[in-house]
Amino acid sequence: MFRYIVRRLLQMVLTFFGATFLLYALVFANQKDPIQALVGERPVTESQRIALTQRYHLDEGFFMQYWYYMKGLLTGDFGTSLTGRKIVDMMADAWPVTLRLALIAIVIAATFSVTVGVYSALKRGGLFDNVSLVITLVLLAMPIVVIAPLFQLIFGIQLGWFPPTATRDATVWQLLLPAIVLACIVIAPEMRVTRTSVVENLRADYVRTARAKGLTRMRVIWVHVLRNSLIPVVTLIGVDLGGLMAGAIVTEHVFNIPGVGFNLARAIRTEDGPLVVGFVSILVILFLFINLLVDLLYAALDPRIRYE
Amino acid sequence: MDVLPGVDARAPLLEVNDLHVEFRTGYGVAKAVNGANFWLSPGETLAILGESGCGKSVTAQAIMGILDTPPGYVTQGQIRYRGVDLLKLPEDQRRKVRANKIAMIFQDALSALNPVYTVGFQLGELFRKHRGMSRADARKRAIDLLDQVKIPAAKVRVNDYPHQFSGGMRQRVMIAMALALDPEVLIADEPTTALDVTVQAQIMGLLADLQRQRNMGLILITHDMGVVADVADRISVMYAGKVVEEAPVYDIYARPAHPYTRALLESIPRLDMKGQQLSVIRGLPPALTDIPKGCAFNPRCAYARDACRQDPPPPAYQVSVQPHRTARCHFFREVLGE
Repeated sequence: MFRYIVRRLLQMVLTFFGATFLLYALVFANQKDPIQALVGERPVTESQRIALTQRYHLDEGFFMQYWYYMKGLLTGDFGTSLTGRKIVDMMADAWPVTLRLALIAIVIAATFSVTVGVYSALKRGGLFDNVSLVITLVLLAMPIVVIAPLFQLIFGIQLGWFPPTATRDATVWQLLLPAIVLACIVIAPEMRVTRTSVVENLRADYVRTARAKGLTRMRVIWVHVLRNSLIPVVTLIGVDLGGLMAGAIVTEHVFNIPGVGFNLARAIRTEDGPLVVGFVSILVILFLFINLLVDLLYAALDPRIRYE
Repeated sequence: MDVLPGVDARAPLLEVNDLHVEFRTGYGVAKAVNGANFWLSPGETLAILGESGCGKSVTAQAIMGILDTPPGYVTQGQIRYRGVDLLKLPEDQRRKVRANKIAMIFQDALSALNPVYTVGFQLGELFRKHRGMSRADARKRAIDLLDQVKIPAAKVRVNDYPHQFSGGMRQRVMIAMALALDPEVLIADEPTTALDVTVQAQIMGLLADLQRQRNMGLILITHDMGVVADVADRISVMYAGKVVEEAPVYDIYARPAHPYTRALLESIPRLDMKGQQLSVIRGLPPALTDIPKGCAFNPRCAYARDACRQDPPPPAYQVSVQPHRTARCHFFREVLGE
């Protein structure tokens, strides 16, 4: 187990450098005149241009620039956004909001999809099962760019059940509607996987054994069927966290939530290179750790899986 | 366990009467069991013999009350334990019969044990849920049981998961689980089919020992005539969901009364037949959705005449009274060679 984790961590280092390198290359290849982008509309004097070129190592070629950037990144210096703010400060503001949003979304999605998935598996072929299948298909067919404004319009503005936008320090109540929107993109697959997995396990031989042991139906389902069925679901929920981050870009933009997605969306629109690279680098790290965690969790849930 | 209402200690231990089970599927109704009859006494071993798909496992599941419903339904008949018809019991009482009075072991212990719980948990669960024991006491009993089925280092192995055991050891765990609550009837559904021959013999030996110690009735479901000859007292031969012949084991081997039994016995390879062509039973067992009229075996039978192809199917003729023998064949005398 220990050796496995060490090996995975080493692989993660490689993946991290690969991903950030690609990202850095893409963002910077797109820039025409970074100095002009930095100062905005105002004219730049020759002496300013020389000073800035030296300060940002713009004359040293792409690889050296990447090197300087990584050196900063790994020592906690993310540099400065084109807006002049320290990127570290922006992150300190944005990350807690997004993490809270993602967490609420995950809780909503997991609770809903596991409950509905298990119930429709137990009542398979019935009305409930078929209705949930239709809902799944509708959710799958609607991309988040449609769901987000639609929900905002219906539940936020017309019905007025939820606040339609969030303020600077978004409360849980303000985050609820966006979290539901975010949950919508992962509910469909999670529900289907739960249902399939429970149906499969209900037919398993060990469930017959459990019944032959004279256990109650509740115990057979809650202890014997569910424990086995939820292994793939837990894995899926872990991986879905990545999908939620991508979804957060649209959702936070629509609901005006000052989180990671909101900042990223603005950074991409204003071609704020350092900001994009900074935020995405952290996303990459988060992704890698979640994947490792999911794999370890998998082994913890299923004793047949052992990592060497 | 609280006494079941209506239990009569003098009534037969287990009695199955005219049991019918069908599976209602999208492709039609499959009649898996069509009037199975047999009984079992304490300390006795009854072998239920037959090809795959003849309804032997379904019969066992119907006795246990663990048929998958839907699609499986018991449509007719009685299953009496000490005079109480289990099919008429409410589910809550029926549930308590399982494991406490009638227990079952399955063919493939790897898939029949839950992969994510330790063996100790799965054994202890019985004591905790049926006897209300604490986790610690249940664990002690689990270790005891593993000792009884001769699993070495039971104290350590109780914490292992099913996949960490070998095939034979796993089947021992299965047996321990079935015997945990001292049932009076044990149903073993092909307990050794998934094991290699030497391990088979050990498991059968262990089962026989435990049965003797506890004076337990054993129903052994198998297609292996070799296993049957060694351990069974009586045999019920099943074909297309019916018991076609019922007799003490010695008599059936010496003088089969049903053409199907006879054909089965002739298809066993024997040392003194070396070099000769092995006889086989022509054709295939009938599809359960389309069982032939009259005697279900008639299309494959060497003795078949017109009477065999017409309804009603042959009744269970009394071949002899002492010992008790029956055969569902109009021409059983001819088969016996009388």
